[in-house]
Amino acid sequence: MNYQQATWTRETDTGEPVNEPLLSEKRTQTVTYDDVDLPDELVRDELTLPEPAEPEVARHYTRLSQMNYSVEHGPYPLGSCTMKYNPKFIEDVAALEDGAIHPDRPDEYAQGTLGILHGLQEYLAEIGGMETATLQPPAGAAGEFTGLLVARAYHQSNDEDDQRREVIVPASAHGTNFASAAMAGYDVVELPSDEDGRVPVDALEEAVGDSTAALMLTNPNTLGLFERDIADIADIVHDAGGLLYYDGANLNALLGRARPGDMGFDIMHYNVHKTFASPHGGGGPGAGPIGVVDELTEFLPDPHVRETEDGSFELYEPAESIGKVHGFYGNWLVLLKTYAYISRLGDGGLKDTSAMAVLNANYLASQIDLDITYGPFHHEFVASAGDVDAAEFAKGMLDEGVHPPTTKWPEIVDEALMTEPTEALSKEQLDVLAAAFTATNRKTSDELADAPTTTAAARIDQTSAARNPRLSWQDVGENDE
Amino acid sequence: MTHETPDDLLYTDSHEWIDDREDTLRIGITDFAQDELGDVVFVELPSEGDSLESGAACAVVESIKAVSDIYTPVSGTVTATNEAILDQPELLNTDPYGDGWLFEIDGQVPDDALDADDYCEQIE
Repeated sequence: MNYQQATWTRETDTGEPVNEPLLSEKRTQTVTYDDVDLPDELVRDELTLPEPAEPEVARHYTRLSQMNYSVEHGPYPLGSCTMKYNPKFIEDVAALEDGAIHPDRPDEYAQGTLGILHGLQEYLAEIGGMETATLQPPAGAAGEFTGLLVARAYHQSNDEDDQRREVIVPASAHGTNFASAAMAGYDVVELPSDEDGRVPVDALEEAVGDSTAALMLTNPNTLGLFERDIADIADIVHDAGGLLYYDGANLNALLGRARPGDMGFDIMHYNVHKTFASPHGGGGPGAGPIGVVDELTEFLPDPHVRETEDGSFELYEPAESIGKVHGFYGNWLVLLKTYAYISRLGDGGLKDTSAMAVLNANYLASQIDLDITYGPFHHEFVASAGDVDAAEFAKGMLDEGVHPPTTKWPEIVDEALMTEPTEALSKEQLDVLAAAFTATNRKTSDELADAPTTTAAARIDQTSAARNPRLSWQDVGENDE
Repeated sequence: MTHETPDDLLYTDSHEWIDDREDTLRIGITDFAQDELGDVVFVELPSEGDSLESGAACAVVESIKAVSDIYTPVSGTVTATNEAILDQPELLNTDPYGDGWLFEIDGQVPDDALDADDYCEQIE
């Protein structure tokens, strides 16, 4: 596929081309203040604010989108991230005026909203094999953190919190698992993968004990492999008095076919942007609901939604609630999009989703000429770039008009390319992606070193960005070090 | 690629160096280690006065490629840390045996410390 990303540049006085300027660098107006009731040291006398006209703003953002690459441009096979296209009807639903209610509105005047939230709690519980789900956590990682707080509250209620200080995490788990466990105050015990890429049952037996609070597991794991011994794993953790936590990052591989609750998991989070539909990240509002089994429901965040005897809905505080992890009942419009998506797909659609996710990954893998050590895999696979640095391989793929896969993770595959095409790619798009792998595989090391040549920005200086992050707008030259 | 391995230092399997020429032992990471890590962007150090057990993770070095724990090869009390590298982590890359040192510790050189020749053999 021929690809050339748009570049919008203008020449400066020195003849050096610079990219599309920031809004603050376009048309600005300086406003001054002279009478403010704040301490002097907190007050600026004047402030320069952007003041472009509407057409300038519209063109600015359109240009930036042309200098970018997104799920709306083409394949974006970042493994485990499930970067799929989100259908537009969910935006229409979220834009309905009826959805714009104040979160403090009394329950009796918010029955429609509460009914949808309750419906989503039920949908998620049914999909995960859980008793119910809280919708409050504002992101997947926040869901992990919330889930561990629930686990901790459970151990506290059994007077075992002092002894159960360890969370076991497989080496191939998502980085957020380690971070969430640490943030919840736990010591992290890392479990290496066995030779076929799964959790080693023997080593797990050794690792669990009186100090185990929980095991966090993704299934299928980041290699796309189903943890076949999951029933034994659940028994081992439960016999030791620990809880089993399911990381929902890869739930799109199981939708409608297998449920974490049936495998013995006690707590799980749902990445609604991966498994269902809501925009990915970008710093905007998100949602990472968690589901729990019956004996953990009393620990869920406040408020939770329940149905009363007369069929209406109300908010209540669970008896031993861990408290709040976010405002109100979570990010309502994100949850509404999720509800709309699940309703539109229905049972059959959800089941098709997992089938397509697995079929697409396996078709793509069959079309590329790279070594894939671990299988049979589900919705994603980890190919090896072989003798080539995986990061260089990824730069080469950029010139083929696709986004590259996740690189160098998990570490048990050398020069890993963790690839997840998602259920949303057609066969034609999968062929485009496969052709991009093939073309990149043929590139010489010199060609890879020069890549990318077709993108608006080439190689980013990661070192400077990490050492001297510039996190707010400032004039070029100002505070330069 | 050849790496610098000064003769007057001692080394560990996990790529730390030990300078035992003064009263307290100075610890850092080797030229080989910094080269493997790539550009270092963040360092976390132990605190002065910390009591460390040999083999314990006591510092963190983060590069654009990886985050690595640093293990103290010596048991003892931390007597000084190199605050300069907190602001200038690149010193670990540019001068791993000089201005890029990590911390000083009051303790004994371990029996299994390697000399320069043995360490070179190991990283070859």
